[in-house]
Amino acid sequence: MSTERIGKILRISGPVVEADGMLGSSMYEVCKVGDEGLIGEIIRIQGEVCTIQVYEETDGLLPNEKVIGTGAGLSAELAPGLIGQIYDGIQRPLPLILEQTKDDFIRRGVVTLPLEYDKKWPFVPTVAKGAKVVTGDIIGTVQEGPVVSHRVMVPPGVQGTISSIVKAGDYTINDPIFKVKNNGSEKNVPMLQKWPVRFGRPIKERLEPTIPLLTGQRVFDTFFPIAKGGTSAIPGGFGTGKTVSQHQLAKWSNAQIVVYIGCGERGNEMTNVLEDFPKLIDPNTGEPLMNRTILIANTSNMPVAAREASVYTGMTLAEYYRDMGYDVALMADSTSRWAEAMREISGRLEEMPGESGYPAYLASKIAQFYERAGRVKTLSTEERQGSITITGAVSPPGGDFSEPVTQNTLRITKVFWALSKDLAARRHFPAIDYLVSYTLYTNELSPWFSKEVNPNFLRYRSEAMALLQKDKELEDIVQLVGPEALPESEKIILEAARMIKEDFLQQNAFNEVDSFSTIQKQWLMLKVIIDFYNKMRELYNQGVKLPEMMNLPIIDKITRMKYIPNEKAEGELAGILAEIDALHADDIVDRISGRMMTDLKKD
Amino acid sequence: MTQTPSKITPETLSKRIFKTATEVSGPLLFVDLKGKAGVSYGEIARIKLPSGEERSGQILEVSRDIAVVQLFEGTSGMDVDQTTIQFIGETMKLPVSSDLLGRIFSGRGEPIDGQPPIIPEVELPISGSPINPYARQYPREFIQTGITTLDGLFTLIRGQKLPIFSASGLPHNEVAAQIARQAAVLGQEKDFAVVFAAMGITAEEAQFFRNEFEKSGALDRVVLFLNLADDPAIERIITPRLALTAAEYLAFECDMHLLVILTDMTNYAESLREIGAAREEVPGRRGYPGYLYSDLASIYERAGRIKGRKGTITQMPILSMPNDDMTHPVPDLSGYITEGQVLLDRGLHRRGIYPPINVGPSLSRLMKEGIGKGLTRRDHRELADQLYYAYARGIDLRNLVAVVGEESLTEEDHRFLQFADEFEGKFINQGRDENRSIFESLDIGWDLLKNFPNPKRELKRISEKIIEFFHPNNRDSNKNYDSRDI
Repeated sequence: MSTERIGKILRISGPVVEADGMLGSSMYEVCKVGDEGLIGEIIRIQGEVCTIQVYEETDGLLPNEKVIGTGAGLSAELAPGLIGQIYDGIQRPLPLILEQTKDDFIRRGVVTLPLEYDKKWPFVPTVAKGAKVVTGDIIGTVQEGPVVSHRVMVPPGVQGTISSIVKAGDYTINDPIFKVKNNGSEKNVPMLQKWPVRFGRPIKERLEPTIPLLTGQRVFDTFFPIAKGGTSAIPGGFGTGKTVSQHQLAKWSNAQIVVYIGCGERGNEMTNVLEDFPKLIDPNTGEPLMNRTILIANTSNMPVAAREASVYTGMTLAEYYRDMGYDVALMADSTSRWAEAMREISGRLEEMPGESGYPAYLASKIAQFYERAGRVKTLSTEERQGSITITGAVSPPGGDFSEPVTQNTLRITKVFWALSKDLAARRHFPAIDYLVSYTLYTNELSPWFSKEVNPNFLRYRSEAMALLQKDKELEDIVQLVGPEALPESEKIILEAARMIKEDFLQQNAFNEVDSFSTIQKQWLMLKVIIDFYNKMRELYNQGVKLPEMMNLPIIDKITRMKYIPNEKAEGELAGILAEIDALHADDIVDRISGRMMTDLKKD
Repeated sequence: MTQTPSKITPETLSKRIFKTATEVSGPLLFVDLKGKAGVSYGEIARIKLPSGEERSGQILEVSRDIAVVQLFEGTSGMDVDQTTIQFIGETMKLPVSSDLLGRIFSGRGEPIDGQPPIIPEVELPISGSPINPYARQYPREFIQTGITTLDGLFTLIRGQKLPIFSASGLPHNEVAAQIARQAAVLGQEKDFAVVFAAMGITAEEAQFFRNEFEKSGALDRVVLFLNLADDPAIERIITPRLALTAAEYLAFECDMHLLVILTDMTNYAESLREIGAAREEVPGRRGYPGYLYSDLASIYERAGRIKGRKGTITQMPILSMPNDDMTHPVPDLSGYITEGQVLLDRGLHRRGIYPPINVGPSLSRLMKEGIGKGLTRRDHRELADQLYYAYARGIDLRNLVAVVGEESLTEEDHRFLQFADEFEGKFINQGRDENRSIFESLDIGWDLLKNFPNPKRELKRISEKIIEFFHPNNRDSNKNYDSRDI
């Protein structure tokens, strides 16, 4: 990398600054702009004139102020201390900004380090002197909070023989931890790594996505599952519950690390996460969720260029933990704001616009971002697997899915969770449109579901989907001729579909029990409804009327089954299933006539 | 609050007078800087016209040679020959002190009530700075507006930004004024103040608000910034920022609870579009600039609470939807930023229901954390869910009846149909001066649910526990139900 160069500001237009005297600069190099040293990045080079997008407010900047090229691209710092942190779009820790400036507002020109350089971490070596290592090999571990064991890896580009390594003890991230000898030269290596955020970290090979990422959300796991290493898009107009769905995924996904990027969204939502996550307990570890979470918060009123960078910063942190062999879930809320940031910068550059004013490279940028997901074999001597699963929220203007960001996202993502304004208006939450949404992982994941959950799982799932489809057709008829015109046998379908919708798909994110369902509980709940549907058909054929069935006490049990705690679900739901199995036409008719008899007696 | 020190000294100021305008286009003036650098981005310019009139503007773009100045009061009467431009070396600032209360300012912050300018405690840059998300406190305090539909179903929370989506001919002003009037009466009048920013509304509407504030004796707790329909359109860009700068000072430095009413945000967006067009920017949807979202966010996000500070800023922007279209860019983008929306409905208004709040698409995102035991009442959440659900079902049936007639409905369906009518008549509808307590509002809801003879079966959204305690049939006449803590 080249040395520092000093240029001068030529022109200022909002977040875009042009500077001359910058010959020798490279694309995406970080610059310090103006006397205050505002951070920016070179996005266009024309001779000795560079165009720089500045990550902070540019008010008060003067032409002819100096611009310093740092010679390095925008990089993330990677070492212990990332977990539980909350960063802005360019990895400045927000708590530290508050502490340093003693100011509740973020002013510009604040310089903070992403990680604590003087904090000592308990390092335990796992290799000995003389070991041959390559990039990605684990040479030791640091316990990073109660949950995450931070595996210290040989950084990219380094390999050779370990000529010395420190004893177990406390070290800062900049202390040399080991020496590596290669081709006669020796190198000191600390825990700290740096990586340019716009480039993916290297891997050995990609693997098939054959394991589902379980989210505890019934509509996702059972109907439209996503694989570990997969990609999903969750588009919806405002008020349809994008953010609550994203929060639910961040809370309950069975990933080991969660990176949550609040990209151009509300400040209060990030505050909500900050207040909730330290209190909520992760069902997989029994520890607060915050201990496995990294937050990137670039709210809608923070500088737009940093918003553009925030998704890359988050992705790089995710890749670092993937390389350690963890399953990482990354949520980006919302990718539309990221695309809009690109549009705004592009407009200031006076580039020829594509659709809806978005730059022509929108599609390729979106594709590149989602392609950084995947389940992979990491670069290392030992066999190690890790994954990054991406869920991107999309906020289409006017809720219209035909707009460019939604369409370009759908071209690349494999799971489509469509949020419906209609369902939201009926308070059907999560408002995932079960007829429009899809997953393309069904084939890859079906062996897992058959083996780990139940061999019949997929058959029941198809049956439930078919019922919902039939329900939609019947509803259309009801709209024309009224409900009474349907034959009884079809009303049974409506009733079963209602159960699927109300008692299975609807899930209350704010109820302690209902917020999260294990996959076993989901399967049994589904089985209860489908078995009951088949029982209804059987009873109907034996002459029992629908209102009589709807009066059965079992109905109330089905309604309440979502509130059965996960640990008791297996036993109690097995009880309900046995009860359904035992239902008999004669008993029902008898009991009902019996009750009528007693009612008569009372009168 | 810290500020960036000005880089320009008084000596350089005198050198910063130019007579070298080269082009006038729409609201923009292009000035040749003749290589005399030292003019900064965002700084304020004073322009003297050939007629002697003085106007002000702000730099939108600056290079070594050219400065692009946006004129707040328009460019009519300007020429390129004699017009003089002086750059004052500062970005736009508002002088603030607690004397702001009770004053009336123009849309660019000059007093228009005939009183002298205020003696500033400090001058604050009007563009503000983003609140560090880590310093924010999640809003949880309930504001009683006295309007049943809001308090019951779309609860307003201190620090929330909750817009009213309206359209021409609907009583959004009456609703906003009623909220401003009634939210003040909570035993904490002293800490409560209203900042009112008008952008392009008529003199008559502005007068209406002044009368309303006067009527309630609250005029000395109100700051008004008025840019009326015949005032320069470009000035509207700064009016909401002035208002919010005043509000931030009063909230975070003077420990007050602020309600900021911004009306009409659609006019604001149109001014933004005008500037975008004059600069020949690539437009986004319907000709609005691509940065409309970020720009609106820079206004709406200036609401909230901060850890360790007593004051709060609650925003109630009013925006009119052209052609009643909620997918129009202004309401659409606003909805993505604000924490819910209250939608006014022409159908309800025509039927004489006030406030004509359309329950279906309205929403308060912060409600769930601000209601319940100790905050409003224990039954609030479940009751609100049930009322919403029952009303939605009634509306669905109404539509069905319109097609297939009433004959095919079940008895239960009829109950929901009747419920919807009564809900509109008793729950939504109320007097323009009627100030209902939260307990009254909730109990009106319970009374309507008496329609359902088998509550435990038909009111599925309410748990048995709550029904047993709060249902009118089960109430204990010796118990006081008007309590947050029962």
